[in-house]
Parts: sequence; C-alpha cells; structure tokens
Amino acid sequence: MVRVLLVVAIVALTLVAGAWWRSRQGRVRQSAKPDAGRTGRAGDTGHRDKGPRWADAGVDLAPRATFVQFSAEFCGPCRTTSRTLDAVRADTPGVGHVELDVDRYPVLVRQLSVLRAPTVVVLDAHGHEVARMTGAVQPRQAREALDLVPV
Amino acid sequence: MTDTAPASGAAQPGTRPGIDPRGPRFTAGITAVLLAVVLLLAGTPAALWLLLLVALSFALGVARGVQHTWQSVLFRRLVRPRLAPPEELEDPRPPRFAQVVGLVVTGVGVVLGFAGVAVAVAVAAAVALVAALLNAVFGLCLGCELYVLLRRVRPAR
Repeated sequence: MVRVLLVVAIVALTLVAGAWWRSRQGRVRQSAKPDAGRTGRAGDTGHRDKGPRWADAGVDLAPRATFVQFSAEFCGPCRTTSRTLDAVRADTPGVGHVELDVDRYPVLVRQLSVLRAPTVVVLDAHGHEVARMTGAVQPRQAREALDLVPV
Repeated sequence: MTDTAPASGAAQPGTRPGIDPRGPRFTAGITAVLLAVVLLLAGTPAALWLLLLVALSFALGVARGVQHTWQSVLFRRLVRPRLAPPEELEDPRPPRFAQVVGLVVTGVGVVLGFAGVAVAVAVAAAVALVAALLNAVFGLCLGCELYVLLRRVRPAR
C-alpha cells in the first residue's frame, strides 16, 4: 500500500513539474539594461567593454532587431523554434534570425549565461540584448519580444 | 517509411529527415509503466529482472535509434495506423540522447542491484520513471534540457 502511494506521489509531482515546465516555454523575459544609470552616456556605443562583439561571432545585425538562437545537437524544440523565427523574420521587415550551435560558440554561451537550448536572445539594432526566451517559441511570443525592441 | 532516418544527418537544420514525434513518446509511456511496476515490486528479484529488461530496451534505442526499439515497433504496428499523419517530423537525435540517459540511470540501478544494493533498483526506477513520464506526457526530454548545462561543466574543446 505504501508503495502504491509512493508511485502515485511520484507521478503526481512529475505531472505538476511538467505542467510548470510547459507553461514557461518560450516566455519572453525582458533583459536588464546593462548601462542604465551607470555611465550616463547612453548614446555611446564606441567603447563598450561589456557584451559580445556580434560581428566577431559572424552575426550580422538586422536594421531593427535580430533573433540570436542558441541551438544544440540534442534539442527537441530547437527545430520548431527555428522554423517559427524564420517565419516571423520573413513577415517582419528589418528583423534577422541567426542560429548558433552551443558547441561551436562556448565563449558566447558562457558570456551570455546560456543554460538551455533553445535560448533566443533578442538584440536591438546596436546589438544590445533586449529580451530573451528559452524553450520552444511560439510566433505570438516572438512578436511580443519584438515589441520590446525600441524603434 | 518516414519513421526510419539516419541518426546523424549533416544537412541543414529543418531539412533533415525526421521521425514521428509520437513514437518516442509512446515508447516512453510503455517504459514509464514498466518502471512503475519495478517500483511496486521493489525488493523482489522480479523488480531487478524487469529493470534489466528496461535497461536492455534503452540499450537497443542507443545502439539503433529510438525508432528501432520494440516499443516503437508496437507503435508503428498498432498505434500509428490509427492516427493521422504527424504535423511535423522530429529530429531523431534528441530522443536517442534520451535513450542514453535512460540507459545510464537504469544501468547503474541494475549493476548495483546485482551487486546486492537493493535500494539502488528502486532509486534508479524512480528517477527513470520521472524522466520517462515527462517525456511521454509533455514531450520533455530531460537529458536534452540538461545537455547544454553539462557541456558547460565539461566543454567539448
């Protein structure tokens, strides 16, 4: 009897955890503004010691916003996320989508604290991170993230 | 048949051939039921032998891909003919990686079980049951979720 209860408890807790996980898929999180209130030189992009140099990583920034998607070899939702973001990019002028493999960009992965795949970092026209999403991304969430990018 | 695909395709993401994503989830469902039975029988020799069967099934999935496990054959013969075609196909590599994780967890349980550590059988079955359930019900591959994290601890290069 105790064992049956144990199995039921494990199953119940697992279902709760799984539902929680699913509810967080692709949720848009606004990123902290790195320089706000620190230097007071908001427009200065010439000497940034923080943040990756996207051009060095082969990422061409789009005029309005760029989705930088970190994908992995063993990643179920990466494929669908890739397709979703491609569709949003095709629909939205000035938006780019770049997919990077975590195994090929370990420095970027550390620098940006990427812990899961897919992680989508949303950049503004200057390459500053505006928002990020982890897990499978829905078109609605991708557009929500784009709305956070200053025009 | 679209359910069989080479496990390592070098093509562009999205153009690679895929497998029916419901196959691995059905496989995980059967595995979860077996693991629940292992837990119910914990402490008996039957639990150990059943866990061995689960571990061997994972080994088959590791060696040949999840689409070639006996559970997947059941899916293709009995379940899939009754379902509509899948909306999209899945990359076979993530579920195969999940089979590796399952093999490691249940394999350790079997080895320790045969070495006389009876509690290891129950613990391994419980851990594997959680992972298999998440896979079956939510399509969540726990091992894949941890893959990037593990890679950060031990970088590829």
